[in-house]
Amino acid sequence: MNETLYTSSEKKTGNVVAICVIALVYVFLFLLDNFLPSNSFTLMLIPVLKKGAIYSLICVSMNLLNGFTGLFSLGQAGFLLIGAYSYAIFAIPADQHSAVYQYFDGGLIQFSIPEALGSVLGTNLGSFLGAIICIIIAGLIAAAFAALIGIPVLRLKSDYLAIATLGFAEIIRAICQWSGLGTITNGSNLLRKYTSFSDIKISFGDTVFKLSTIFPFLIAMVSILLIVLLINSSYGRAFKAIRDDEVAAEAMGINLFKHKMLSFVISSFFAGVGGALLAMYQTTIQASAFKTAMTYEILLIVVIGGIGSVTGSCIASFLYIACNEWWLRFLDSGSVFGLSVPFFRDGFRKVVFSVIIMVVVLFFSRGIMGDKELSFAGMIRRLKRKKKPAKAAEASEGGDGNE
Amino acid sequence: MASFLQANLPYILAGISVGGQYALIAIGYTMVYGILRLINFAHGDVFMVAGLVMVYASASLPMYISIPLVLIVTMALGFVIERVAYKPLRTAPRMSLMISAIGVSYLLQNCALYFTGGLAQVYPSIPWLSNTVTIWGATTKMVTIVTPILTIVLVIALVTFIQKTKMGMAMRAVSKDFETSQLMGIRINAVISTTFVIGCLLAAIGSLLYFTNYPSVIPTSGSMPGLKAFVAAVFGGIGSIPGAVIGAFVIGICENIIKSMGSNWTVFSDAFTFVLLIVVLLVKPTGIFGEKATDKV
Amino acid sequence: MSEEKMVLRVENVTMQFGGVVAVNDLSIDVPEGKIIALIGPNGAGKTTAFNCITGVYEPTNGLVEFMGQPMVRNHPTGKMKKQYLGQDAEKYIHDPVLNPSPDKITHLGIARTFQNIRLWKSMTVFDNVLTAKHMRAKQNVFSATFRTSAKEERRMRQETADLLAEQNLLQYQNELATSLPYGLQRRLEIARALATDPKLLLLDEPAAGMNPQETQELADFIVETREKYNLTVFLIEHHMDLVMRISDYIYVIDFGSEIAQGVPREIQSNQRVIDAYLGVSEDE
Repeated sequence: MNETLYTSSEKKTGNVVAICVIALVYVFLFLLDNFLPSNSFTLMLIPVLKKGAIYSLICVSMNLLNGFTGLFSLGQAGFLLIGAYSYAIFAIPADQHSAVYQYFDGGLIQFSIPEALGSVLGTNLGSFLGAIICIIIAGLIAAAFAALIGIPVLRLKSDYLAIATLGFAEIIRAICQWSGLGTITNGSNLLRKYTSFSDIKISFGDTVFKLSTIFPFLIAMVSILLIVLLINSSYGRAFKAIRDDEVAAEAMGINLFKHKMLSFVISSFFAGVGGALLAMYQTTIQASAFKTAMTYEILLIVVIGGIGSVTGSCIASFLYIACNEWWLRFLDSGSVFGLSVPFFRDGFRKVVFSVIIMVVVLFFSRGIMGDKELSFAGMIRRLKRKKKPAKAAEASEGGDGNE
Repeated sequence: MASFLQANLPYILAGISVGGQYALIAIGYTMVYGILRLINFAHGDVFMVAGLVMVYASASLPMYISIPLVLIVTMALGFVIERVAYKPLRTAPRMSLMISAIGVSYLLQNCALYFTGGLAQVYPSIPWLSNTVTIWGATTKMVTIVTPILTIVLVIALVTFIQKTKMGMAMRAVSKDFETSQLMGIRINAVISTTFVIGCLLAAIGSLLYFTNYPSVIPTSGSMPGLKAFVAAVFGGIGSIPGAVIGAFVIGICENIIKSMGSNWTVFSDAFTFVLLIVVLLVKPTGIFGEKATDKV
Repeated sequence: MSEEKMVLRVENVTMQFGGVVAVNDLSIDVPEGKIIALIGPNGAGKTTAFNCITGVYEPTNGLVEFMGQPMVRNHPTGKMKKQYLGQDAEKYIHDPVLNPSPDKITHLGIARTFQNIRLWKSMTVFDNVLTAKHMRAKQNVFSATFRTSAKEERRMRQETADLLAEQNLLQYQNELATSLPYGLQRRLEIARALATDPKLLLLDEPAAGMNPQETQELADFIVETREKYNLTVFLIEHHMDLVMRISDYIYVIDFGSEIAQGVPREIQSNQRVIDAYLGVSEDE
């Protein structure tokens, strides 16, 4: 169980490899968006990549709270909802308001940030920057709500905290559906026509490049990077101390309320960002979709990835989305390899999923990664050890460590 | 006052009725929490499964067989869930147990989705219970009158069981101190199974009454009543049976009064429950009848 | 004792849980640079007294002063007022109630260890000590995340390494804290407490579960540590030989009330103490 510390040279090579891999991924995404012909394979791949990136961020933000700070919160759907709505409200173009808010006299807010910026900076750059600003606003509004909710809720202990945050998520949903706020939230109707991924483009002279897959990756990666930096900072250690032993943490001078609040607000900020990305991905959103079941789904992905592992959450998110939207589709279709299987019909995929999840929860409760992280430095060390077992053995022992 | 009562009587009656149904679910939550310190998130879904079993059973079997069958199948389901999903985690941290409960909830909902094909299943009308009656000028179904009476009879029976029988004594002992009771030779697993079986039996009875008032059952039918029943349990002080019953009636009545305030407020009939929950947690976190527990440092 | 500077003064502290008086009218003086012990049979209220000082519990009545400043002060209020069984309910009634949380008290310069070791179990030895330095770090969440306070982080790491080296724990720095042998876990807990830069160290049964050999080493270690860090030590202990060897002054409580105080020699010959404690207890 030794936690391995990497030497500085290992770290350096690890970082170089990581940067190279990330650069390759982005080149691939760029090609995918602009040059690769669209066929049945890319038609499945692109949505999986987009949604996988978004879910990675959402799951990591939940993991920050549940896995790293030990606060069992079930309010994620509420913050996603706030993020999604905040984003959509500020990104619906002015001339679309009368169509979207048809039951509420065109709504209260009569401008769109991407559009306003677009008129100054040009449509493409305007919607790019405008979307980012809206996403940040979405995060900030979610964080502000979290700060308000946190004051009463964070004083509660484990299961009471879970049920209270769950309750707040339901209250938020009810408020968003309330016709009294209809001029802002459009009541129980859809919000649509706002800037979505397909509107994100960049132009060099006359050539226009689409960025619809790169964009969610970029936002999610930057956000996750920030979360990782936080987790590896002094504050991250304080969060882990609270998770491991609250009494000891307090006795060592860590202000419990302040740190729990920090974790809650930051997690909600990124959940808001995730919600905004989800809104962009779906192109239409409705409050009724953000039910408790959504929080459960996210929590279960976090559990599959490993509670307390950022890379685990990311891997699990992509796996889950790929299985759900693509690889296990055949379970619903009624046939596999041309053979028709009678019990393969709508919903069977979800049953298989639930069984897998229960198996993970009961028999592999540490998930894919446990509380370890996958790092390039670790992979390089493993490769080296395989090649030169003698040399590696004297360096130090141990399995994967964090970066 | 009289005219207010006259105008709102249907809502108040509905509130009392739905409160009784929540009470029957809430008892399952509160008993399980009392013993395992676990919020059994799957309990609402067990309730939904009971509804579905009734739909399928009554399609091919006469009522006098279907109803006992529903009760037996639901009890068996509760027993199996406990043995498969909770028993292996007895020494695991509480968070794992809660996650397992959420997993079971997810599984039950998805299975229900698969078997129903995502279609709402029409709930059969149970003879006599579905008959309409008129009291004080308000027309309602027989179930509205039966529910509170049946609830109170069942609660009295349950409390007697817990106070008077050996198994009931064992349950009380286990909820006071899990480990010590184990050392004292109480068969923990039998006690826990009994708790789940009783909880599920009451949920099944609750589902018979609840769905009689609603046209159909869908896979998510159980989650909202489940959560409300849980809030009722917290409101009354989790672990306390009378507390859960009182909490359930309060929630049922309040929620129906909100419904009577007009369509603008209906969205808040669910949210109200959670507002109540948060107020209770802030003012008196242990609920009305809850006992205070202190952490030892 | 009155000319000496008092680091900690406990005055008339009473802690009542419902009808049970766990600590009754306890007064203790802890002079600077000394090792003071609080002893008593099991369930005498020693740890409760500690918890009143460190802010874990809110005492029902009484005053705790740290470095001459009132730190904790309370008088019976609300429901307690009628049920109050301790003494002098009126004494502090006109002074404002002070009831800081444990982290604030640690900020003032009081660090503690726990009877049942409470290390952060998922962290390494190094991180356990490093995290205790978080409290005094000059940074905020942004500067820490964006690494603009990297200098501060480097300083904390250096100090942690120095502290571990002084405590002979450096060779275990990358081990999980809970994988250490029991005695070393105790040492680590003390090291972690020292990382908060305390003036006063509270040790809650530091020798619990140790054999005579380990206890001996611990006694030397406590004395050394006190000198090296210029500390005052206040400890609760069961091991009589440890207490008698290192303490400058001893308070004995039984059933929450003080039954004796004095230097070790006096305590050893005090009949009430022998009756209450030494005479009855056979395993010590």
